[in-house]
Amino acid sequence: MSRHELDARRMLCPMPVIKTQNKVKGLSVGDILDVVCTDPGALSDIPAWARIHGHEVIETAEKEGEIIITVAVKS
Amino acid sequence: MAQQHKAIALISGGLDSMLAVRVLQEQGIEVEGINFYTGFCVEGHTHAIRNQDKEKEKRNNALWVAEQLGIKLHIVDVIQDYKEVLLNPKHGYGANMNPCLDCKIFMVNKAVEWVKENHEDGFDFIITGEVIGQRPMSQRKKTMPIVAAESGADDILLRPLCAKNLPATKPELEGWVDRKKLFDFSGRGRKPQMALAAKYGFTDYASPAGGCCFLTDKNYSDKLVDLWKGRGSRDYEMDDIMLLKVGRHLRPKGDYKLIIARDAGESQYLEGYRKQYMSIQAVSHNGPLALIDGDITPEDHEHAASIVARYGQGRDADEVEMTFTVPGQPVQNLHITPLSMEQVLEDWHV
Ligand code: SF4
Repeated sequence: MSRHELDARRMLCPMPVIKTQNKVKGLSVGDILDVVCTDPGALSDIPAWARIHGHEVIETAEKEGEIIITVAVKS
Repeated sequence: MAQQHKAIALISGGLDSMLAVRVLQEQGIEVEGINFYTGFCVEGHTHAIRNQDKEKEKRNNALWVAEQLGIKLHIVDVIQDYKEVLLNPKHGYGANMNPCLDCKIFMVNKAVEWVKENHEDGFDFIITGEVIGQRPMSQRKKTMPIVAAESGADDILLRPLCAKNLPATKPELEGWVDRKKLFDFSGRGRKPQMALAAKYGFTDYASPAGGCCFLTDKNYSDKLVDLWKGRGSRDYEMDDIMLLKVGRHLRPKGDYKLIIARDAGESQYLEGYRKQYMSIQAVSHNGPLALIDGDITPEDHEHAASIVARYGQGRDADEVEMTFTVPGQPVQNLHITPLSMEQVLEDWHV
């Protein structure tokens, strides 16, 4: 189990989702991914993507214009 | 037990592909979705940069559709490869800069390639929500076989909503899918689709007016053509296509264009580009951030600043202090008189 970070700053949706999807492909069940982005659209898109693919968003946080979405890889 | 067959569906986020998937799910076919991101796609929140749109529901329609259908969705970035389609479409453009027929061929071909690369998942065929006659360019009876042939999908491309109007495909001939339970929709009318949506209990689906992307939009297409003209070459980068969606675009001279934010949301968005682009902003008054795309001579700095000042709170002041920033150079302070409404010429607006 390891923790990773993905820089999706300044990308507009769906790019943060695409980057998340591609990154998660290389991770293992139990890994955690922090996606750092600036497009608020990611707040609905990444959780929707996670639900569809059986992963879990365990936390979302916003600070100084940045959004951090934490995804637990489940499948 | 009969072998379970699996299809990959092109999901645009609209109703037709949603229905096409459900029709096959009803026949016990396992479906996964694929969505191609060209950079020009219209998503629910593409406009969310603007303040006035902040309250609108933000959702990506393709993801939403997939969730409603209970299918996986693979989103593929095709931005680079799509350039060739847009810049040199073999079958030409539609009413605007939309190369719909080439685009369809390209996407189905990408789906074919994707299936090959993901062979272990064992997809047997490809489906789309196409309906004969639905779109003037790409979805005509004549073009349906062209898409199948030129994409390389041939007889594994099934269009469940209009299959009965077309020759039987492999999934039908092999009995994986019951052709009798497919449809014969045709024409521009939406009634049969809406009736089927009601039958399946689909409400709240997206119905993009012109098409699935910005290229069907006249204003957007005009801006794209202007960009090529201004640069003297038909090419674009991702940043270009994003910036065409933002702000007011004015071209006071052939060589450069101003991208002026229309509200605080857009100013904030353009902020992110200040390291790459020259920029202008008022300091003595509130005003929008503007980027400069192209080459501007130092003699034109003041003129450009006086145009931008026109869109800020200092528009009626005798003098406004503005900053002109060239990335990597010291900021230049300019004291200018904003142009009047009449001086900002109509032909500058892209
Ligand atoms: S509207 Fe845009 S995305 Fe849709 S087929 Fe035409 S060019 Fe392709």
